[in-house]
Amino acid sequence: MNRTEGYLQRRWFNRLMLVLCGCAAAITIIFLALILGYTFINGITYFNLDFITQASKPVGESGGGMRDEIFGTFILVGLASVIALPVGLLAGIFLAEFAGRKMASAIRFAADILAGVPSIIVGVFAYALLVRPLHSYSALSAGVALAIIMIPVVARTAEESLRLVPGSQREAALALGISRWRIILGVIIPGATTGIVTGIMLAVARVAGETAPLIFTALGSAFGVQGLTVPIGALPLQIYRYALSPYSDWQKQAWAAAFLLVILVLGINIVVRLVSNRRK
Amino acid sequence: MMKKSEQATTLLPGLRHKEAAARPRVGDRIFSKVTLFFALLIVLILAGLLIALNIDAWPAVQKFGLSFLTSVSWDPVREEFGALPAVYGTLLSSLIGLIIAVPVSIGSAVFLSELAPEWLCRPCSFLIEMLAAIPSVIIGLWGLFVMVPFIRNPIEKWLGSSLGFLPFFQGPPFGVGFLSAGIILAIMVIPIITAVSRDVMRAVPITQREAMLALGATRWEMITRAVLPYCRSGLIGAVILGLGRALGETMAVTMVIGNSYNLTPSLFSPGVTIASKVASEFSEASGDLYIGSLIELALVLFGITLLVNIIARLLVWRSISVRGGGE
Amino acid sequence: MRRFSDDWFVVLAVILVVAVGLAGCSAPSNSATAPAGPVNLTGAGATFPAPLYTKWFDEYNKLTGVKVNYQPIGSGGGISQITEGTVDFGASDGIMTEAQLTKAESKSGPILHIPMTSGSVAIIYNLADLGTGQLKLTGDMLAGIYLKKITRWNDPAIVALNPDLKLPDAAIAVVFRSDGSGTTYIFTNYLSKVSQEWSKQVGNATSVKWPGDIGGQGNAGVAGQVQQIPNSIGYVELAYAKQNKLAWAKLKNAAGNFIEPALAATTMAAEGVTLPDDMKVMLTNSSNPDAYPIVGFTWLLVYVNQKDKVKGEALVKMLWWAIHDGQKYTEALTYASLAAPVVSKAENEVLSIMYQGQPLISR
Repeated sequence: MNRTEGYLQRRWFNRLMLVLCGCAAAITIIFLALILGYTFINGITYFNLDFITQASKPVGESGGGMRDEIFGTFILVGLASVIALPVGLLAGIFLAEFAGRKMASAIRFAADILAGVPSIIVGVFAYALLVRPLHSYSALSAGVALAIIMIPVVARTAEESLRLVPGSQREAALALGISRWRIILGVIIPGATTGIVTGIMLAVARVAGETAPLIFTALGSAFGVQGLTVPIGALPLQIYRYALSPYSDWQKQAWAAAFLLVILVLGINIVVRLVSNRRK
Repeated sequence: MMKKSEQATTLLPGLRHKEAAARPRVGDRIFSKVTLFFALLIVLILAGLLIALNIDAWPAVQKFGLSFLTSVSWDPVREEFGALPAVYGTLLSSLIGLIIAVPVSIGSAVFLSELAPEWLCRPCSFLIEMLAAIPSVIIGLWGLFVMVPFIRNPIEKWLGSSLGFLPFFQGPPFGVGFLSAGIILAIMVIPIITAVSRDVMRAVPITQREAMLALGATRWEMITRAVLPYCRSGLIGAVILGLGRALGETMAVTMVIGNSYNLTPSLFSPGVTIASKVASEFSEASGDLYIGSLIELALVLFGITLLVNIIARLLVWRSISVRGGGE
Repeated sequence: MRRFSDDWFVVLAVILVVAVGLAGCSAPSNSATAPAGPVNLTGAGATFPAPLYTKWFDEYNKLTGVKVNYQPIGSGGGISQITEGTVDFGASDGIMTEAQLTKAESKSGPILHIPMTSGSVAIIYNLADLGTGQLKLTGDMLAGIYLKKITRWNDPAIVALNPDLKLPDAAIAVVFRSDGSGTTYIFTNYLSKVSQEWSKQVGNATSVKWPGDIGGQGNAGVAGQVQQIPNSIGYVELAYAKQNKLAWAKLKNAAGNFIEPALAATTMAAEGVTLPDDMKVMLTNSSNPDAYPIVGFTWLLVYVNQKDKVKGEALVKMLWWAIHDGQKYTEALTYASLAAPVVSKAENEVLSIMYQGQPLISR
């Protein structure tokens, strides 16, 4: 009969589309496997303990690692997070909870545009803001540049996830006479943790691998980390310079460093997720 | 909302101390002011950026005026600069990127949030987010040494021979060009769009899904009629986030786009994007006019993101008002 | 609610503590070492000599304890940073323009170009059956190819010069360097010297308006394209071509000899050329019969009048070391050492550096 035919059709269409969705996920994973695999194969030959514990050596000398650059990346990402997380989160809360429609769309607008600014331009801005007036490249200016990149991502993802917390939870808490700010901090944010953490992780992942804004701010350092007001090295910067250098030794180190960077971000990701899941 | 909270606190005074009824309001006010401050900080940063860029771009703005947007020349030696090919390349490569990335990402997100069992979903999600962490230059090198040869030989040759009558698929298959750039961009924005849309879909209340299934809908119908419409604004937000990244992406694109100042419809043709042009030439540029032109290019990119965002905003508004009517 | 605050508190607090801790334990150590300990110098600029400089300053640190932090940000960056005073010395593969000199000199007085090493640009190609050094080209042909006037490999001019080679009947895919670079500066300087048409139509700069087909990002980008695209031609730094074993062409020099790019042929380019005292000279198309034609110096940019005596002294000593003892590290890293007449000119430049009117070093 017509109805069963229609039903069959719908069922087949259903299956087809679901399979396509699975394929989409598979494609994504395949791309990832290809790129990660390539990074891995190129990087593994150079990857050992020395690579993490040794300082870099000039070309022609065997060995040498990226200890200082790894440390530098941690500092830069840490600095950027310290600046960007409060700003981004609170801005996200404002957008989701307090802003009127016009205000919210104006600020969202600003955030979206900020998110689309090419990172090199952010670097140029941080240069004009901090490096040129202070007459020195510094870790601080790089942290600020990375923070500017992080803020809109954190703010927007925080807002989206806060918005999705069901209204019923909010109303239940309100009905108990709890003040709004405590509801937001105590009920709504915990309800949106997964989304917020995803946003933060995306932001961290993005800035951890950023090269362009560091060129004019962090500059790089041949002699390790020496403070926040002087030049500092970072993994992506070294990856960029080594990957495009003529020496196969350095090219291999670049791949090893890329692999390490991915592992690091993966590690941070897992730790943050474990912490936020266990606490729930 | 605000009204409700006031009611709630005043209607139930017996539950708390007398002062408690007043204190929350002060707390709320302070809290909302604090959040407002940080939200305005975003606007402030943007304004600061714009002002700083405008100062640096001024020599070029003064010299070229509006012709900067329509000129196709980029000659650092004679100091003649125009933005059109870069604007075109930026839009075209991002468009190709999104055409590929949006279905794949939304499909992946549907798979992760609606279909995959937990044991499969977690590692997949991890992996996808990892893709976002690979430094751009590494994706670029992978693109140049692995993907581009593959695109040159089977893909572009095949497209050229079977669809070569279309202007998009003409010209010699170099491998590097708009098509490769678009694919690289797709790879780079897929994790962003997927991760955000997955979270957005997860947040759709179970009741929505159950109601749809109870009506006899298939899973796919449930997804398209209950889940996706419910979180449409979030999905558009996710795509915009991805687009923002695509428009501004630099190193990976520079490695595979071929960097030729070209204005042709062919997807095989090498081209440039604004970000790649700025990043390639900024560090070596000399002279106020040259640097000013590069910065003005960046300002044009600002303009494009502005436009894209306006369009997206209109879409989101519409979808919200549609949903609002249904509720 | 409490559970939540703990959650976030812990995450944020950890980040804060780590960052502040790092800042805390690194900042004092820095401020403690800065005044008493050895001198730190910062330099930035050209990418091409960066591996050599890294090697130098590592050796120099072992020798003297002076820490010279050199970072490759590009020649343009080197010029603008020394002008802005954010670094102690700049580095460039190109000569500063009049406008740049005026700007820099109005800030801190005259500026020196001190040659450190020289580099050459190899013409690389991807032709089936053709190994390295087999193809011969003249400057005129090279200009023709890059102007897209000579578009096929079996062009009569190329065939006439290479009668024994099997040249394909195929279009030449022209690959250029898309990022602004000293390599491009040297290459276009050479083309401008040998071809009037090039100098009129395109000119000489770190980035130009290329008539060619494909732009590669960096040496790696250009080499990648050339290796992948059959029948292509490109140009990269000699060090890059050598280390990565790319096939290069022999070029006809001003004396009419066909020369392969090599270190000796690069050093030769500076011999038999009249060198001005300020060393602002491009070595392209050298008249020396053994010289490779696409060669250029790379310079450190230093102000004559140093503002800080301690730093100035350290800088001058480092420069003196670099043009003498430092030269022995060049060959191993595929850089060409400075020819004797160049060293003596460079010595004079270093000797002229002053602090409050007093020279900082004497012979």
